[in-house]
Amino acid sequence: MKKIFERTESLRDVTTHYCSGCGHGVAHRLICEVIDELGIKEKTIGVAPVGCAVLAYDYWDFDVTEAAHGRCPAVATGIKRVNPENIVFTYQGDGDLAAIGTGEIIHTANRGENITVIFVNNSVYGMTNGQMAPTTLIGQKTSTTPYGRDVLTSGYPLRVSELLAILPGSGYIERVSLHSPQHILKAKSAIKKAFQYQIDNKGFSLVEVLSTCPVFWGLSPRDALKRVENEMIKEYPLGVLKDRSS
Amino acid sequence: MAKIEIREDRCKGCEFCVIYCPKGLINMAPHLSTKGVRPAVFNDPEMKCTGCTFCSIVCPDSCIEVHR
Amino acid sequence: MTEKILMCGNEALAESAILSGCRFYAGYPITPQNELCEYLAKRMPEVGGTFIQAESELAAINMVFGASVAGARTMTSSSSPGISLKQEGISYLAGCELPAVIVNIMRGGPGLGNIAPSQSDYFQSVKGGGHGDYHSIVLAPASVQEMADITRLAFELADNYRTPVMILGDGLLGQMMEPLILGKEIRYVPDDKPWVLTGCKGRPPNIIRSLLLEEGALEELNRRLQDRYKVIYSKEVRFEGFHLEDSDLILIAYGTTSRICKSAMREARAGGIKVGMIRPITLWPFPSDIIVKVSESASAFLAVEMSTGQMVEDVRLAVEGRRPVEFYGRTGGSIPSKEEILDKIESICKITV
Repeated sequence: MKKIFERTESLRDVTTHYCSGCGHGVAHRLICEVIDELGIKEKTIGVAPVGCAVLAYDYWDFDVTEAAHGRCPAVATGIKRVNPENIVFTYQGDGDLAAIGTGEIIHTANRGENITVIFVNNSVYGMTNGQMAPTTLIGQKTSTTPYGRDVLTSGYPLRVSELLAILPGSGYIERVSLHSPQHILKAKSAIKKAFQYQIDNKGFSLVEVLSTCPVFWGLSPRDALKRVENEMIKEYPLGVLKDRSS
Repeated sequence: MAKIEIREDRCKGCEFCVIYCPKGLINMAPHLSTKGVRPAVFNDPEMKCTGCTFCSIVCPDSCIEVHR
Repeated sequence: MTEKILMCGNEALAESAILSGCRFYAGYPITPQNELCEYLAKRMPEVGGTFIQAESELAAINMVFGASVAGARTMTSSSSPGISLKQEGISYLAGCELPAVIVNIMRGGPGLGNIAPSQSDYFQSVKGGGHGDYHSIVLAPASVQEMADITRLAFELADNYRTPVMILGDGLLGQMMEPLILGKEIRYVPDDKPWVLTGCKGRPPNIIRSLLLEEGALEELNRRLQDRYKVIYSKEVRFEGFHLEDSDLILIAYGTTSRICKSAMREARAGGIKVGMIRPITLWPFPSDIIVKVSESASAFLAVEMSTGQMVEDVRLAVEGRRPVEFYGRTGGSIPSKEEILDKIESICKITV
């Protein structure tokens, strides 16, 4: 018998601080698998967000920088423009990208910067104790929407991928999910395509990854998977929203 | 013929592997691990594991190695 | 570039950045520094560098963060309200020990203010501005020649000490035209920066971070920064002194105000009043030592600023009550005249010239 599945090289062999059933662990692993399969570990520079994944550099075995909250795309722009031969990606959650960072993500996509963005959407702010995110669903209870998100006071869930897809500068945008093995494999395909986009100098790529947050959804990990499947995908349909190269 | 190895010291007890094993070969142990959770354990007396790797794909903590 | 040419301050600064090896600039339009931004929009592509008009001053400082992480000599510029936006980014640069040059061509404030010159961002620049226990080195040019020379110095200090450096100009310096010599171009290569992120080929991965959660780790970073600041204080103070040995009243002023004070000083001396001047060139580190020394022989100090009194507090701290420290200032974009300063000198010295 031989080993057919083991931890990939770029993913450090440590316990993560992520909660039981959190999607960050899977997303981190997929990115590392893609980087190792493409053989680009020594060229890759990651930009870590502020959010649950703020300590991502403790789990990735390549060059990583932190960034101020929301500013990952601007930091990535600076790095990529100075060293275009590096593969530069950002990893951001719903606060980082869809709230404070909306200016940066829109303009980075609009300029068509040749970077890759992995956007982890779990419809809540995890690190700061479960507040509403721009991606929180209508009626969803969070620590700042204790009665359920009401559109009259808090607006609508923000569909970032659709927003960015209309910009001519966006190259490849796909929304994927992590709630089943089949979906995870599709997510990995999309992430690989996004990194390949950058390697081929095709421009801006973004993969929105629907993910679980059992603790702040108040659900068991098992039920959190069901919520992604039955509720989140209704609001955030999966699929390719833009692919300039196709 | 195939088997898996689960690292008990990394398992956080999310049960994703239990849910997705097509043959139902994984369940949660009755004891508590050093993490204070019931860890997943592989139980395949009839050697039914096909090495599909679903368990390792869904595991958020890279606890599972698959051999085939 | 060894012949004398005529340029405005903003453009002289911009050209000097190019000659210092700066190849990444991100900025956002704001008066009165637009000429700097526009000059680099034209010039950067000529030297194979990158110019980005960012979507905001916030985005610009973070792009500069990224460029610095990647090893480039990098700069951003703005004016007072835009510099307020950059404060978080500057704190991050300091916390991550990243070199960068930030130019503030000061205008009247607070709020939207006006586009006339001021010196009301001294506190913001010298005492922090951003959060946390850090300092930027702060340099104050007082002529178009210095706008160029100090820019070269800024990039050197930023790299030597792995720290952000702020150039504190004002709208008048930025707009005025004077002859200057730009000097030779240097070829900058980030050879001795082992910490940059360029991909981990042939070395362990580098991490740039200022988040340090383990017990004592952040205090350790702060101690390291403070030790560095002590070295900067001992080695990098710069100032210009006039008639310090035989003056009763010492003017203290920087930037545009120092030029007007110089005229007032000359006229006062011609009229028999013994006036001298200290012109700080580094505002941080502040030239406290020379002030202490001069306070032994002088009778009083007069700080003159285009503000309601900010640098004067550091003068008072240095003097420690040994001598009276007076203040004269105009604010809201107004510039003190030589006559107003002379009036103040005369009222302090109780003599009429």
